[in-house]
Amino acid sequence: MVRIGSILLRMGLLGIGLSLLAGCSDNWNNPYPDSEARANVLYSAFSERPKHLDPARSYSSNEAEFTGQIYEPPLQYHFLKRPYTLIPLTAEAVPKPRYVDAAGKPLADDAPSSAIAESVYEIRIRPGIRYQPHPAFARDVAGRYFYHALDAAATAGKTRISDFTQTGTRELVAADYVYEIKRLANPRLSSPIFGLMSEHIVGLKALGDALEKAARTHPDAALNLNDFPLAGAEVVDRYTYRIHIKGKYPQFIYWLAMPFFAPVPWEAEAFYAQPGMADRNLTLDWQPVGTGPYYLAENDPNRRMVLKKNPYFHGETYPVDGDAEDRQAGLLADAGKPLPFVDEAVFSLEKETIPYWSKFLQGYYDSSGISSDSFDQAIQFSAGGAPQLTDSMRGKDIHLITTVAASIWYVGFNMLDPVVGGLGEDRRKLRQAISIAFDYDEFISIFLNGRGIPAQGPIPPGLFGYVDGVAGLNPYVYEARGGKIVRRSIDVAKKLLAEAGYPNGRNAKTGAPLILYFDTMASGPDAKSRLDWMKKQLDKLNIQLVVRGTDYNRFQDKMRKGNAQLFEWGWNADYPDPENFFFLLYGPNKKVASGGENAANYDNPEFNRLFERMKDMDNGPERQHVIDAMLGIVRRDAPWIFAYYPKSFGLTHDWLHNVKPNLMANNTLKYRRIDPDLRAARRAEWNRPVLWPIVLLVGGLVVVIAPAVIAWRRHERKLA
Amino acid sequence: MFAYILRRLLYAIPILIGVNLLTFALFFVVNTPDDMARLQLGAKHVTPDAIERWKVEHGYDKPLLLDSKATGSAQFTDTIFFRHSAAMFAFQFGKGDDGRDIANEIRTRMWPSLAIALPVFVIGLLVNITFALLMVFFRTTYLDLWGVVLCVVLMSVSGLFYIIAGQYFIAKLWDLLPISGYAGGINGFKFVLLPVLVSVAAGLGSGARWYRTIFLEEIGKDYVRTARAKGLGEVRVLFRHVLKNGMIPILTGAVVVLPLLFMGSLITESFFGIPGLGSYTIDAIQAQDFAVVRAMVFLGSFLYIVGLILTDISYSWVDPRVRLQ
Repeated sequence: MVRIGSILLRMGLLGIGLSLLAGCSDNWNNPYPDSEARANVLYSAFSERPKHLDPARSYSSNEAEFTGQIYEPPLQYHFLKRPYTLIPLTAEAVPKPRYVDAAGKPLADDAPSSAIAESVYEIRIRPGIRYQPHPAFARDVAGRYFYHALDAAATAGKTRISDFTQTGTRELVAADYVYEIKRLANPRLSSPIFGLMSEHIVGLKALGDALEKAARTHPDAALNLNDFPLAGAEVVDRYTYRIHIKGKYPQFIYWLAMPFFAPVPWEAEAFYAQPGMADRNLTLDWQPVGTGPYYLAENDPNRRMVLKKNPYFHGETYPVDGDAEDRQAGLLADAGKPLPFVDEAVFSLEKETIPYWSKFLQGYYDSSGISSDSFDQAIQFSAGGAPQLTDSMRGKDIHLITTVAASIWYVGFNMLDPVVGGLGEDRRKLRQAISIAFDYDEFISIFLNGRGIPAQGPIPPGLFGYVDGVAGLNPYVYEARGGKIVRRSIDVAKKLLAEAGYPNGRNAKTGAPLILYFDTMASGPDAKSRLDWMKKQLDKLNIQLVVRGTDYNRFQDKMRKGNAQLFEWGWNADYPDPENFFFLLYGPNKKVASGGENAANYDNPEFNRLFERMKDMDNGPERQHVIDAMLGIVRRDAPWIFAYYPKSFGLTHDWLHNVKPNLMANNTLKYRRIDPDLRAARRAEWNRPVLWPIVLLVGGLVVVIAPAVIAWRRHERKLA
Repeated sequence: MFAYILRRLLYAIPILIGVNLLTFALFFVVNTPDDMARLQLGAKHVTPDAIERWKVEHGYDKPLLLDSKATGSAQFTDTIFFRHSAAMFAFQFGKGDDGRDIANEIRTRMWPSLAIALPVFVIGLLVNITFALLMVFFRTTYLDLWGVVLCVVLMSVSGLFYIIAGQYFIAKLWDLLPISGYAGGINGFKFVLLPVLVSVAAGLGSGARWYRTIFLEEIGKDYVRTARAKGLGEVRVLFRHVLKNGMIPILTGAVVVLPLLFMGSLITESFFGIPGLGSYTIDAIQAQDFAVVRAMVFLGSFLYIVGLILTDISYSWVDPRVRLQ
């Protein structure tokens, strides 16, 4: 037994030794290599692996975090300026559309929309911009491409882009932008905006049809887009191209700041189309090729993705324009300095919130959101109700950054429903009564920890058309009292309900109780408390709410068929224009009739008429006047209960600089600056290993095992 | 034995077809190809035309199981089921809905899964057996009693608790190991320690109790009495004789899971950020990626069958009385 004891002791020592080996640095829990300790590397995380990195396919915000740094559309949003302002990125200037009539004759800028047959956007890009190093561009001395005629044998064993030893680059040309616009119509890419863009870009629908036919005829052959003309996109010269838009579509300019309209070199598609490439995930969808400040150096979406500084980046400087608040916040300290600041950005897959939050507190992530689990640990509210950091967060010099998202959550009424739908006065009053009863101020306080603003209409703050304060309140749900916005009393709601034909929640004619149905995808304990809260809101009016839980697919199906009565939905802005919210209520976009985004199937002719006018107008007092009229209609009709505009809270460490939320821009990594020395010092301070538990464990084992050893010895002696 | 293995492998074919059919039916009861297209294309600006194009591009525009418009064998072959299932029997899994090659993903992801599952299996088995033998050695003493109590307590705690407690104490409070993450090669050692430790602790209660029962049954048998009568020490009796004879029930549970170690653990991988096959499966279910779900179920079934065959073979290895015919 002495031998067993000795073995156990050795095992204990081995365990300690292994632990020591595991943490050969000062910080045993450091998930990164020691060599990176003082490197100019930004550390972040992603919770869901990106599905697509092809600019024609990628649409999710988690994908834009990568594509935004790699691809460069012609325009971008100014990092600091508010309201959001478009500025050139690769373009020389923000293009102004030129209007022509059906005969091709130029029209004045203020020509009526009905006269405009086409809007022509001519974009000139800056010469000298080059693509990231990539094997698709590599050529030999004779100018032949190294890797454009590979067979399956030649690509065997190549699993990463770095397996191709030769790389090259080339200058960005206008044809690359036109090529990408054509790619939107490629049926094999299933671009999410093809349907929308084919309504606007001249000839895109026809190109889509032609490509679909070709894809069916030759299912195994690659489609060479250069062989297919597109009337709506033309190359004028090496650095200039034109896009022809049907009629007038002023919002198109915002699309020019999205990766959908970023350049794609034909060489990249030709390179990835070779045999054996797709089988090893060597596709443009996973290995992007762009001109941006960073390129994707490591793409393992199962573990981590690494962006590195593009050595051929054309250069850009930190903005010098900002307001006094920006200056005070230190956001202009780097004005005029060359971008990007960070050499490398490492994004690690972190599916669970607990490890993510813990690593942030340990200093292994430079910034973090705040999940509901950690909210109380991070945030407390002042006597005035303002959110502020807790002492433990302040002790770590963590900063809080809040912003109201360009989004809205709402409860929709299906306007086709015989009980709650329609534009009759009684139904309108019923919806208004319910809108008052749903106390979203309370909801925000209970369920969102104050992370939201009660919505007064469809347009969120920060967008043109939003009116702040008492002047912008929804008079059917709120009233101004002492300069404050206060929800109307439940008595007002009861009165409206009675006028709607349901006194005390019962049908005035039949006496039957009013029962409403709420369709939701929400499930689980968290959702139950929210749904109970909803029932409680309608209890105030003696209306019964029946919750019909369903999965995502069935919910979508119900919405498409118009079988829901009340439902919850949200919208996140594509671009900072009120059109992107009002179109959710535009009659021709009804979900049931056209499969559009108008989930409530609201259709008010006067609203529709004003929408058609407003969408083509430039921002100004006249447009604001029309928007006010539209808001008046939609608040009165109440097809939605305007719930809330979500507010996001973010935390950053003291060593991370130049963080200003920009809800429209995705390419903000280039502005970030870190102080690696400060970070290394803080990490060392915060992560000193605590050794007593190991000693305690070994001691505990000895205490437990000792009686066993003694008992065994006694037993052996007895046998002897 | 070769004929036996061959026969068992042939039996596996109808089982795998059945599993495939069942997976297919269960998946498409709750998802239609339109639902899959909508999920892939995103929530915004999705037109009916775009959905149709996606279905055509991904081969989901065919009838599910039977094409009544076709003639002859095409009635069965020109369907989603046949087109997406037949190739799997040649282990050609195709591509996931995100365009990534499934076989390539499996090849890449099985190593991280194995890096966790194999040490958990080996260390867990050793620890459980040792602990069980110690309890048997001290049977009828307070050590056995408290050992069983400890086992019951360990069994009663949710697996998730071990993970959260392990991460909280070891990684967060004591800063001894990284809380999550993974790296290949020797650098991966420090990431593997915590999940292995947690998984071994989580399995200790049930494993040790199960093995204790087996050994207690063995220890009352005549050959043990004979061994003791020969003057052998208790340690030798336990480790040489009881352990060897208790191997058959141990093998039943152990060998069958051996091939499944490649499949990884769904929860552990997710919490510790291990890029293995377990998290791959969970992601695919959440994303309604039928191609991946089907491939993983097929692979799991196949490996389970392989595990059962291996179990039979191991019986004959540890017990010469067993003959495979």
